[in-house]
Amino acid sequence: MSNPLPDMEKPDVIFCIGTNMTEAHPVAATRLKKALARGAKMIVADPRRIGLSEMADLYLPLRVGSDAALLLAMAHVIAREGLVNEAFVADRTTEAEAFLAHVEEFTPEWASEITGLPPADIEAAALLYGRADRGAIFYTLGITEHVCGVDNVQSLCNLALMTGNIGREGTGINPMRGQNNIQGAGDCGAIPNNYPGFQPVTDPANQAKFEQAWGRRVELEKGITKVKALDLAGTEIRAMIIDGENTVVSDPDREHCEHALKSLDHLVVIDIFLTETAELADVVLPATSWAETDGTCTNTDRRIQRLRAAVPPAGDARPDWWIVSQIAKRLGAPGFDYERAADVFDELCRVSTTYHGVNWAKVSAAGANYHWPVPFDGHPGTPRLHEDGFINGRGVFKQIRYRDPAEVVDDDYPVWLTTGRRLETYHTRTQTGRSAGIDYLAPHEVLEVNPGDVEDWGLRDGGFARMASRRGEVVVQVKATTRSPRGTVFASFSYNDVPVNILTGAGYDPVTDTAELKVCPVRLEPHEGPPRPGAGDVAAD
Amino acid sequence: MAQDTKGPTLVLDGEEVAFTPGETIYQVAERHRREIPTLCYDDRLEPFGGCRLCIVSVEGGRNPVASCTTRAEAGQRVTTKGGALEMHRRVLLEMVASEQRDVDVDPLSGYASQELSTLVDRYDARTGRFAGAGSGASRPDDPNPFILRDYENCISCYRCVRVCAEQEGDYAISVKNRGFDTQITVEFDGILKDSACTFCGQCVQTCPTGALADLKALAHRAREGETEKTRTICPYCGVGCSVDVLTRGDRVVGIHPAMDGPANEGALCVKGQFAFDFVHHPDRLTTPLIRDDHGHLVPASWDEALDKAAAGLLEAVNEHGRHSVYAVASGRAPNEAAYTMQKLVRAGLGTSYIDNCSRA
Repeated sequence: MSNPLPDMEKPDVIFCIGTNMTEAHPVAATRLKKALARGAKMIVADPRRIGLSEMADLYLPLRVGSDAALLLAMAHVIAREGLVNEAFVADRTTEAEAFLAHVEEFTPEWASEITGLPPADIEAAALLYGRADRGAIFYTLGITEHVCGVDNVQSLCNLALMTGNIGREGTGINPMRGQNNIQGAGDCGAIPNNYPGFQPVTDPANQAKFEQAWGRRVELEKGITKVKALDLAGTEIRAMIIDGENTVVSDPDREHCEHALKSLDHLVVIDIFLTETAELADVVLPATSWAETDGTCTNTDRRIQRLRAAVPPAGDARPDWWIVSQIAKRLGAPGFDYERAADVFDELCRVSTTYHGVNWAKVSAAGANYHWPVPFDGHPGTPRLHEDGFINGRGVFKQIRYRDPAEVVDDDYPVWLTTGRRLETYHTRTQTGRSAGIDYLAPHEVLEVNPGDVEDWGLRDGGFARMASRRGEVVVQVKATTRSPRGTVFASFSYNDVPVNILTGAGYDPVTDTAELKVCPVRLEPHEGPPRPGAGDVAAD
Repeated sequence: MAQDTKGPTLVLDGEEVAFTPGETIYQVAERHRREIPTLCYDDRLEPFGGCRLCIVSVEGGRNPVASCTTRAEAGQRVTTKGGALEMHRRVLLEMVASEQRDVDVDPLSGYASQELSTLVDRYDARTGRFAGAGSGASRPDDPNPFILRDYENCISCYRCVRVCAEQEGDYAISVKNRGFDTQITVEFDGILKDSACTFCGQCVQTCPTGALADLKALAHRAREGETEKTRTICPYCGVGCSVDVLTRGDRVVGIHPAMDGPANEGALCVKGQFAFDFVHHPDRLTTPLIRDDHGHLVPASWDEALDKAAAGLLEAVNEHGRHSVYAVASGRAPNEAAYTMQKLVRAGLGTSYIDNCSRA
């Protein structure tokens, strides 16, 4: 997030797009509710009538995958109505002129054809956000999990840049990160293009810096993404080590993923349970779980926080860093003689630019409150990014064009499936599925179908449906609900006995390789009798 | 200059103290470490003035006033303790206690659950002078596994109603009837699951009597040992809510939201509040496993498993080059896990063949 969580209570106009925040980030959503209670206005763009939409002043039920069209038309209206923040654009941005010319053709009427939204509603959204003194954008995977995920994010940046809604309290471009340390994993350099602290591996200066730190010259070429690695599994990629990810259930196109992992010569999995992924491994190494682990994690507003062990490890489980270090030593790598998590974190801080001003003692102190970047010792941290300028100089407007999803509905697959989370379950239920009581609230998967579609498609509320895409099919219980619009259905990917990711995976963003998990054309038919029995759903005690 | 910047002051128990315009007398007094009793007060919520325990005397006023709802004013002379105030407070507590089925509840009930019993003891209010009818009807018919609805211990302080509305924004909890018949309830007087309740547990944690209580934690009330608290971060989404993990011996028995947690300021959701016992699930991996010659995963020693793990990676490197090995770090494990994993790849193999689970 560009802005800290408490800023969520400060905007005049909130624009939520592709974020089901009351379910996926419930505590953050309470701050938006407080802003609304204070009089803020909210625009919510989402194909489904999610909880946030019920609180919105303006709800935009756009077609799945059409976000870029909506955002282009909003930019068009903001430009046309003279709502561009000229001073901000002149002082802080570049390529505005070309961008403003570019959006001239993208009228609300044009976007209406693509999004299914009335032109007047697109106008109203643009005027509301464009006239805000403090406009804040919030998004989640509904923006990024598309073939045009990067385009979508850049479209949101365009809106913030043209209106100057960045670098101030109650504004910003705020992606809500979905996992407790997904921010930290990237910060630490567990990505193919950057060393810790987002220092590019392609920069010879960084190569020299880390060669000195680690005693090993790392090649200048970027690595490949996990998506590419899975594509190459069994051919170029022969061995993998996976820590704490149930790849088989969480990733798109499950059959492809399972086949990829099975075709490896060697798979090592570190986890706390024998997940569907661990079951495929040659070696499974038991990690300590949350509540058993000392360490640090970094949350969605870039706050570096301490984790503290409260109970001893289960059995002979060990911390991930210890396990990885032991393997590294056996590979002959030097510099893995850590005795405590603190040793690892302090080394991370020494080599990172963003964590450089903190250390274990500092983040462990009572009241510690460090948002990265903390570039040097004594720096207080940076709760709000871009206040005095952009790190890379100027904000660059990008000329985006709308692109269709990788697959669009047709006669064979006439229904849009979109996937996501529910409040009570988390990801593949390795944890929530093993916590007593959660099953009372969410015992099994249901497919959310509009009541009109239930009738038209010959389905039955509470009955079962067979749902097929070009990649496979699942059987799922039908729930009639107006949360789903006509022609679009929703399921989570949480339940292994309804492996929705068998269906997904039509395409990937060409820049990030992020899968288009939010759009998948499917076909639905009634399924008589019970679902296939016995597919390994975990038993909650 | 100092004169010009000096803000307004009032006299608190004979001592001149400064305050910021807009502050209540209670806030000023609390800042100056006066121990004014409260039951309906939660500093995250709008003051309510229901329990009347926070009464103070303001010189010139006819009666004592509730300090939580009275704004501080320049020149006020405020008395926070002694004399009639203590008598009023004691009588109020005697009356509150008289309607309760239990004054003493297990501390595992919730974060604020000891407030009533603490005050009753402090004011020696277990006199039984007003013994008689009890108020509130409990809801043993609600089968939810998380929240006990034991309204026979409810004192109608409305903290649950207000936290659900003001802090959580869910407006699930409401009140029916008034006076002695006041009853905390939800829509259509039903069970929580059929209401707007999201089971975030905020009502449980603010309840000062344990009338709303944490059923999962209470299931451990017979477990031996002192309850200890460890400050850490919730393991679920990226918001990073601070929590205090409650343990007895080697067992996690419950979760308290950290009221001073910077990301959550005391809030949690159903997962962070109640989905913690996976830690002790019998499915936990407790020993390394290696695949044997028959294709089965069988227990192994750490040395054996680590040797095999490394040997397989080395074999790939030796036969197919260092670009044949790929690592995936976790968005669920700590920074130290991600850092060592990328270092293994970079310092061990000289490549950047590493990613994490952020793309799917």
